[in-house]
Amino acid sequence: MELFANQVLAGIATGAIYACMALAVVMIYQAIDHLNFAQGEMAMFSTFISWQLMQWGVPYWGAFVLTVAFSFAAGIVIERLLFKPLAKAPVLTNVAGFIALYAIINSVAGLIWDFTIKQYPTPFGSSPFLGSQLISTHQAGMIGITLLMLVLLFFFFRFTRVGLAMRAAASLPESARLVGINTSWMIALGWGMAAAIGSIAGMMIAPVVFLEPNMMLGVLIYGFAAAVLGGLSSPFGAVVGGFLVGIFENLVGTYIPGVGNELKLPIALALIVTVLVVKPAGLFGRAIVKRV
Amino acid sequence: MSAAEEVVTEAPAVEAVPKRAMTLGYGTSLAVLAALILIPLFVKNFIIFQMTMLLIYGLAVLALNILTGGSGQFSLGQSAFYAVGAYTSAILMEHAGMNYALTLPIAGLICFGFGFLFGQPALRLSGVYLALATFALATAMPQLLKLGYFEHWTGGVQGLVVTKPDAPFGLPMGQDMWLYYFTLAVSIAIYVASVNLLRSRSGRAFMAIRDNEIAASAMGVDVALYKTLAFGVSAGITGVAGGLGAIAVQFVAPDGYTITLAISLFLGMVVGGVGWLPGSIVGSAFIIFVPNIAESISKGLSGAVFGVLLFLVIFLVPHGARQVAIVAQQLIAKLKKN
Repeated sequence: MELFANQVLAGIATGAIYACMALAVVMIYQAIDHLNFAQGEMAMFSTFISWQLMQWGVPYWGAFVLTVAFSFAAGIVIERLLFKPLAKAPVLTNVAGFIALYAIINSVAGLIWDFTIKQYPTPFGSSPFLGSQLISTHQAGMIGITLLMLVLLFFFFRFTRVGLAMRAAASLPESARLVGINTSWMIALGWGMAAAIGSIAGMMIAPVVFLEPNMMLGVLIYGFAAAVLGGLSSPFGAVVGGFLVGIFENLVGTYIPGVGNELKLPIALALIVTVLVVKPAGLFGRAIVKRV
Repeated sequence: MSAAEEVVTEAPAVEAVPKRAMTLGYGTSLAVLAALILIPLFVKNFIIFQMTMLLIYGLAVLALNILTGGSGQFSLGQSAFYAVGAYTSAILMEHAGMNYALTLPIAGLICFGFGFLFGQPALRLSGVYLALATFALATAMPQLLKLGYFEHWTGGVQGLVVTKPDAPFGLPMGQDMWLYYFTLAVSIAIYVASVNLLRSRSGRAFMAIRDNEIAASAMGVDVALYKTLAFGVSAGITGVAGGLGAIAVQFVAPDGYTITLAISLFLGMVVGGVGWLPGSIVGSAFIIFVPNIAESISKGLSGAVFGVLLFLVIFLVPHGARQVAIVAQQLIAKLKKN
């Protein structure tokens, strides 16, 4: 039983990473209705920027704030330059655009900062949290930050004018335009926010997985899986999904014999697909009713 | 939340391409065919090999095109079907000593069954959810092929070496050239069959489902059957492509069939034009040659160059090669009038 409890705890710790990423994924899905494959790379690039700032002597929280601001701006710029012209293009063409963006960012980051693994500092320290060996203060801090972002997002989407306008623009663009919402800028704003949340996720994840251009690949896959499991329309679902995926992954690795590190991912994904077959809109997503 | 949100009249994710616009005219088809037959006579072996790969990936893109452009289902798992086809051919040739040409229909049939079965649970999923499910299949496949239980057959991580066939009946032809013409014959057969499939009753059912699933079922189309059938056909063709690929490359290994392959095939479909079958070969050319071009422009930044080229293509022609073909057609019509 103790082994089980420990594994669940360790799962929650890794799950926090996925929850962070899933939140960013859901954010952009709310704004633009697509899964952005370049999301992880954008987060990785932001994390490198903060690392560079710290190398130049900026203190941690200063670098943190500057990076979030930079990412927000960069997200808007990317949308305006690259994806606004594609707004009328077919969905699959947009997906190809995400893949292109992925290749560009990955390769540029590799050229600037090369592919060696770098240490990344944490503001929370890495001593054991409340005497537990499985969860460090950094991981506890990461869970705290994820939950804080979730609460802030909830209030943003529920009670602010801009948040409501964004939701309106995403769910019924034409009606939103009729009541005077600038839907095109709402999409840009969505990109900006997703990039900012992604950068926070990146900076929280980097101390755990270490900083290098490919650090986000695995995290993004689990983040997608978590977001889909929780239901793409629900930020709360994304966070719960993240923790569940983390726990799944750990329990599968512990209890099913012969599962090495490599089979963890396929088995976790298979479990998620099984859940989806039973609940096609995810655990907390709303089923969309279609009218013919 | 609000009531309005729940009544979404959704635009279909894949454009409705009328079936006439899915193929080429007779004249153009013959010209392309002539080029494909004549070019290998005048070029070096390495280029012949590349042209063989062009046809093979073209087949795989065509298969995805039938699934996505035809029935409106999205798949990131094509690399898994390709791998199953490749391994089936390789194992039959190396362990059972079977003739290479006979292994292809078996690879196709096995993949058809595999795809048809996979299509069953996939029925409940659509859009991104289906993308994730197929993606799971694609990431699982290389790991499954590496498993110890199958190592006797699959060769584990090392993979299998496949012998390249000689030209039969004492034809005065190199191995590469024979394999090219063999692949070309298979490709033409599959292309013609696919065109006819989309023109048939089943093809119309696919397209009805693509354009509006609920309306299709109201018209009496068995949605579940045709959706799984589309998966099966697509997987079957991909399997034949995989088998041909194994023979051409003379080697199968788990790491040759990762998610990167599935993503390449997807890009090939977009560049060629979703739902336009002849575009498959254009898309295949893109995924074979553009990474090499990017590499030759800049080694360190090859990924970025590839991304920029891809952006250029989708900015200029968001509908892929089909758009180019339509513009060209209109130009020719104009010239004829004058």
